Amino acid sequence: MMKSRLTAFQITALLAGFAFLYVPIALLILYSFNGSRLVTVWGGFSTRWYSELWSNAQLMESVRTSVLIALVSAALSAVLGTCAAYVLSRLGRFRGRPAFAALIYAPLVMPEVITALALLLLFVALGIDRGFWTVVIAHTTIGMCFVCVVVMARLSDIDRSLEEAAADLGAPPLAVLRQITLPLAAPAIIAGFLLAFTISLDDFVLAQFVSGPGSTTLPMRIYSQVRLGVSPQINAISTLMIGAVFIMLVAAYALTGKKASAKF
Amino acid sequence: MNAPRDGRRWIATLPFAWLIIFFALPFLIVVKLSFSQPTDTRPPYKPVFDATAGVSQWFEAFKDFTFEAYANLFSDSLYLASYVSSLKVAAIATLIALLIGYPIAYAMAHAPRRWQPALVALAIAPFWTSFLIRVYAWVMILKDEGLLNTALLSLGVISEPLKIYATQTAVIIGVVYSYLPFMILPIYAALEKQDRTLVEAAMDLGASPMRAFWSVTAPLSRRGVIAGCLLVFIPATGEFVIPDLLGSSQVLMIGSTLWEEFFTARNWPGAAAVAVILLLALIVPLAIYEKLQMKGQEGR
Repeated sequence: MMKSRLTAFQITALLAGFAFLYVPIALLILYSFNGSRLVTVWGGFSTRWYSELWSNAQLMESVRTSVLIALVSAALSAVLGTCAAYVLSRLGRFRGRPAFAALIYAPLVMPEVITALALLLLFVALGIDRGFWTVVIAHTTIGMCFVCVVVMARLSDIDRSLEEAAADLGAPPLAVLRQITLPLAAPAIIAGFLLAFTISLDDFVLAQFVSGPGSTTLPMRIYSQVRLGVSPQINAISTLMIGAVFIMLVAAYALTGKKASAKF
Repeated sequence: MNAPRDGRRWIATLPFAWLIIFFALPFLIVVKLSFSQPTDTRPPYKPVFDATAGVSQWFEAFKDFTFEAYANLFSDSLYLASYVSSLKVAAIATLIALLIGYPIAYAMAHAPRRWQPALVALAIAPFWTSFLIRVYAWVMILKDEGLLNTALLSLGVISEPLKIYATQTAVIIGVVYSYLPFMILPIYAALEKQDRTLVEAAMDLGASPMRAFWSVTAPLSRRGVIAGCLLVFIPATGEFVIPDLLGSSQVLMIGSTLWEEFFTARNWPGAAAVAVILLLALIVPLAIYEKLQMKGQEGR
């Protein structure tokens, strides 16, 4: 086997590429500890913006709303996405499978403004009041597709002979699903849950369209502050969000290894 | 294979029904609304249908069709300009992302095996940090009195602040930065699967490394390149947050136009018509993407 050794060009590409990806985030985090009110002038190390966050009641309320929405929609996404993955990878070529697969992949790339506008119009047409649940529905619709793709990657890796053996020994299909397939797919399902959670926590466009009074999410608050200009408080809340997502990513990564990338 | 007769039928119905109700059906409503009359009521359009009125009423409503929203779109050059500028920004950004992303993906695929999972995680991680926050980081950097200008001025590289913020360049930087992981990963996946002995064979037969790359590696990674380009181009065309925060009102993009139409002008039929035309513009790339994904499924 050929020994892989990186050429100078490849090392440069990696270093420059990852620097491009990470330097802006690093600067953002660094300047959250800036003592000066002017974001771009360094005024010494300080954590004052973090303590100011705590006293910002509106912001804290939106954090609570966002986390609740993310939990509920990630749970729904995990259930629906796993069902969809099972259908696509275990039920063979049924009629309507191409349409079903198309429905799973389309929300992943559809420009968010279109999906958001469409969902809002549905809620209005059905006379549903906008609020907590409409945001949950919107986030679940996107989240379940991500879960489906992650779980499907795992299901295609699982040795089919285990399921076949159980079926040969007389287990009905649902028992095979419950006792063999689901336990084997569990790490991917949990990873999918975490990904759906972060997507929901981060989403701004869908929430802006389909949320109602009293269900303002954290990204909506951040957005309206960013529009007013840069402020160290945004750096502080961003840093906390990056930290939270980082912890979840490490968890998801530990559970599935590199399979989270299988979507691509 | 016939539909299974046990509980599995529910497993199949549940997600399918969800996506039809909350993803497919709403698009029909968008299309329908784009043909109705804007009004000053709440909601600001003539009702398309009343869900409780029964099916016959739905057909009744079709009589009120009007092309007014579309006529507006085509008579006002602002809309056309924002479509063209969206497609242009998305295309330039996709090209730049490809030029930056390919070498990174190539180096990742050639790195020692045990590093690769970590490199993949590093490439994905920015995608999972909030989009809004990453765009905000660039506002901080690119503003006239931002970090880039402050640094360059104090180093004496420039004597006057660079005007990047609120230009098309800023929007393109934002799009490239935000969507780069989407470009890297599919190309990496295609390169990683490649049989290295093919390149060795080409070189043994006398091909230069460049020649071997262009006649073996590049064609074999075509699928990854196409997938990556579509994953950047499609969402970038409808992007709203990036032009809004980095381009301010200087850069017209169709996502912002839709937003304005909806939230500021409160012209819902107008916004729906903008969405329909955007969707039509994206239908070819969307169809190619879907086809690629299906083929990937079959190939497993």
